[in-house]
Amino acid sequence: MSATVVRKRSALTKGQLPKFAPYIVLAAALIVGAAILALIGFNAFGWGIVSAILFAVGLVSWSGAVEGARKAKDKLATCLVVGAFLIALLPLISVIVTVLVNGIPGLITPGFLGTSMNGVTGAYDNKAVEEGAPVLGGIYHALLGTIQITLLATVISVPVGLLTSIYLVEYGNDRPLARAITFFVDVMTGIPSIVAGLFAAAFFFAIVGPGTKTGAVAAVALSVLMIPVVVRSSEEMLKIVPNELREASYALGVRKWRTITKVVIPTAISGIASGVTLAIARVIGETAPILVTAGFATTINNNVFGGWMASLPTFIYTQILNPTSPSNPAPSDQRAWGAALVLIILVMLLNLGARLIARLFAPKTGR
Amino acid sequence: MSKRIDVKDLNVYYGNFLAVEDVNINIQAKSVTAFIGPSGCGKSTFLRTLNRMHEVLPGARVEGEVLLDGDNLYGPGVDPVTVRTQVGMVFQRPNPFPTMSIRDNVLAGVKLNNKKISKGAADALVEKSLVGANLWNEVKDRLDKPGSGLSGGQQQRLCIARAIAVEPQVILMDEPCSALDPISTLAVEDLINELKDQYTVVIVTHNMQQAARVSDKTAFFNIAGTGKPGKLIEFADTTSIFNNPAQKATEDYVSGRFG
Amino acid sequence: MTTNSLTTSQGAGRAGDKVFSGAAMAAGCLILAVLFGVALFLVVQAIPALTAPAGDIQGGNGFFAYIAPIVVGTLIAAVIALVIATPVAIGVALFISHYAPRRLASGLGYVVDLLAAIPSVVYGAWGAAFLAKEISPAYDWLATYLGWIPIFEGPASATGKTILTAGIVLSVMVLPIITSLSREIFLQTPKLHEEAALALGATRWEMIKMAVLPFGRPGIISAIMLGLGRALGETMAVALVLSSGVLTASLIQSGNQTIAAEIALNFPEASGIKVNTLIAAGLVLFVITLGVNMIARWIITRHKEFSGAN
Repeated sequence: MSATVVRKRSALTKGQLPKFAPYIVLAAALIVGAAILALIGFNAFGWGIVSAILFAVGLVSWSGAVEGARKAKDKLATCLVVGAFLIALLPLISVIVTVLVNGIPGLITPGFLGTSMNGVTGAYDNKAVEEGAPVLGGIYHALLGTIQITLLATVISVPVGLLTSIYLVEYGNDRPLARAITFFVDVMTGIPSIVAGLFAAAFFFAIVGPGTKTGAVAAVALSVLMIPVVVRSSEEMLKIVPNELREASYALGVRKWRTITKVVIPTAISGIASGVTLAIARVIGETAPILVTAGFATTINNNVFGGWMASLPTFIYTQILNPTSPSNPAPSDQRAWGAALVLIILVMLLNLGARLIARLFAPKTGR
Repeated sequence: MSKRIDVKDLNVYYGNFLAVEDVNINIQAKSVTAFIGPSGCGKSTFLRTLNRMHEVLPGARVEGEVLLDGDNLYGPGVDPVTVRTQVGMVFQRPNPFPTMSIRDNVLAGVKLNNKKISKGAADALVEKSLVGANLWNEVKDRLDKPGSGLSGGQQQRLCIARAIAVEPQVILMDEPCSALDPISTLAVEDLINELKDQYTVVIVTHNMQQAARVSDKTAFFNIAGTGKPGKLIEFADTTSIFNNPAQKATEDYVSGRFG
Repeated sequence: MTTNSLTTSQGAGRAGDKVFSGAAMAAGCLILAVLFGVALFLVVQAIPALTAPAGDIQGGNGFFAYIAPIVVGTLIAAVIALVIATPVAIGVALFISHYAPRRLASGLGYVVDLLAAIPSVVYGAWGAAFLAKEISPAYDWLATYLGWIPIFEGPASATGKTILTAGIVLSVMVLPIITSLSREIFLQTPKLHEEAALALGATRWEMIKMAVLPFGRPGIISAIMLGLGRALGETMAVALVLSSGVLTASLIQSGNQTIAAEIALNFPEASGIKVNTLIAAGLVLFVITLGVNMIARWIITRHKEFSGAN
């Protein structure tokens, strides 16, 4: 009785492509792709697209020949799914590169962050283009306006949003009112931002007088967009606070409102703060509602309640659409892209801040 | 400082569903009373009516009287919050407040009610409560660490310390050891034995040996079937419940024939 | 009857409970009031435009002749956005939920969320300055070879600032919305269904076709509807990218307009009846998006009920 050891390919791996097959196909696709592109004029973008198509076709047909139709279909689906992801990355990369390339010259111009557009006329821009004089003007007024409007919107939205979520989670008990609020908050998340702006405008036109355009009107418009976001995220956070903690507090003879303010909210505060930060990040880049509510200002306005007010998004919009010097739009474009870069940095910082808050201030476990 | 509890003709409802029917029981001050019975027999529900914690659940209500040294918990004008300061509760799973340190957890009942307390008095209260919960020696060097960093048994004793810091008359315990390992269970059982010198203790337990070990009197609850209300079958000295019960159902249950 | 010692309590605490729960309820009611106010104020300010003599409205033929072409333009832009975004978004969602290595998945999800974080005005600027320029050779090609199809009729716009470009920019903006919702649904597919499919010898794609997609269908549909709501109401991508004009069948010529962009471009300088006309246009947009969103929510809640949400 002796077993003969026969080295053979496992029956389980028969009829499969070797592991390195995708790499071979990829290399072939890249080479053939480069060759095709060389014939019709080479560019990197086209090379990527052509190679990707060649790779998919090559791998799927090879798999179809060796492994059969089912496996080939599976490979095709994989190629398409991965391809979709790569396609989705293209605009992200393109936007970021475009903003960086066009925005950095504007951002590093002296005085860009510290001066407003007060007194900057087309004549200066013409001079900048024709004689190479430095580009004047900056975004100080717009930055200030954005901060004031967003701050006021936050001051309005957070108490209303947080209290509403408390009502829904702690007092609602699935009552008709609570269900109505939940439904309409969902509806509110779908309001187009420009409609929110029109509402604020129409509201103040009716209350204060036609043509009322101030930072406060814009803040009200942003609040309409921000409140549902705050309600939804706070609601989620309050819901995951374990009921055991509420019961523990009640059992100590603590009143419901003190239980909510001293036990439930502190436990959920990191999530709530992170949600509020994300809501701010969402509205800080809103353009349309500010456009119809705060007007266009080129000067510094420190009063949210009086006079037109600039903001970063509307600054970008007007500089592109109505350049300061219609004959030489380059300096306006430069300022617009600089402002866009600043705006993106602000939004990214807020997003990052939200993640940090969620991580740093999460309840300590002590382990 | 401990009070007796007398329950008269108590029915507990969830909405229209009668969960516990017609309970009459007299619980002595400074004693340990155990509630035993199969799952779903209403013993935990009944326990919660002794400090009006059942009201936290929507739709729960009671009929009848619960007298704490003669004062009806359900009398007109009684504030459930006042009831709960007199009748404390410890839950099935340890639930220290995760945002608070060990020290703040013990002081939670005082601080959350916004009562002013001097630092010296607070220190004394923390030490007294933790000593009372047999936890002082284990945590005295890390009072400022979060309570959730302790082991399960330590957390449960922290919750007991938190409950006795508000100086209640009665302590209710809802299966306090069911989430603990045997060694932690032993520590909590030892603690229950000491607590009865000062407090009236009522404990719900699934573990009959535990009831036999810690309690002076035992109440056996049972249900006739699902959808039927739970009832108090027998209430007597623990020794007689386990050695010569008066009811057939009790005997079947304690001898392990069902449940 | 002896006095009940339990009735003594601090009245202040009790009042606190009342005040607090009252404030919470008031905040909730305020939201309802705001939404009601949105509708009310838009209607009140829109009425003059609806009742004004036809000649006073821009175009001279009354409000409906004014609004009809831009409603159609809005729908065209939104449909282009969805046609492009939906397959890509579902692919991305599948990639993150079922294809990407576990450790990378959440990071990749964050990358897609970044797309949603970029402000719309930046997308608009990108579309106008970069995409329109880069894509106009492709429009020339379309006009030359596919010009016999009405939607690709030439001559193509030389600047590339067409409704198709606007639609592409919109598709980038709705992509993260559809992706994140579909991804969530795909991740909720019962593991048992997936494992049952795999145990029958299904390939990964067959498993997705058998278990994941049927389970996720209502979720995908509502995600698309929410994306549609966003695409209909988006302003900047169109206002900056599109060189607007009258309603045009060809997608690669300049022309067409959407409601949101029409409002944004004209409201700041508008006065008199023009303000009312634009607010009325906003009301129309509000009603359309409201309808779309309510259908989406309805699908989600209905789905929640029969999935049992266990």
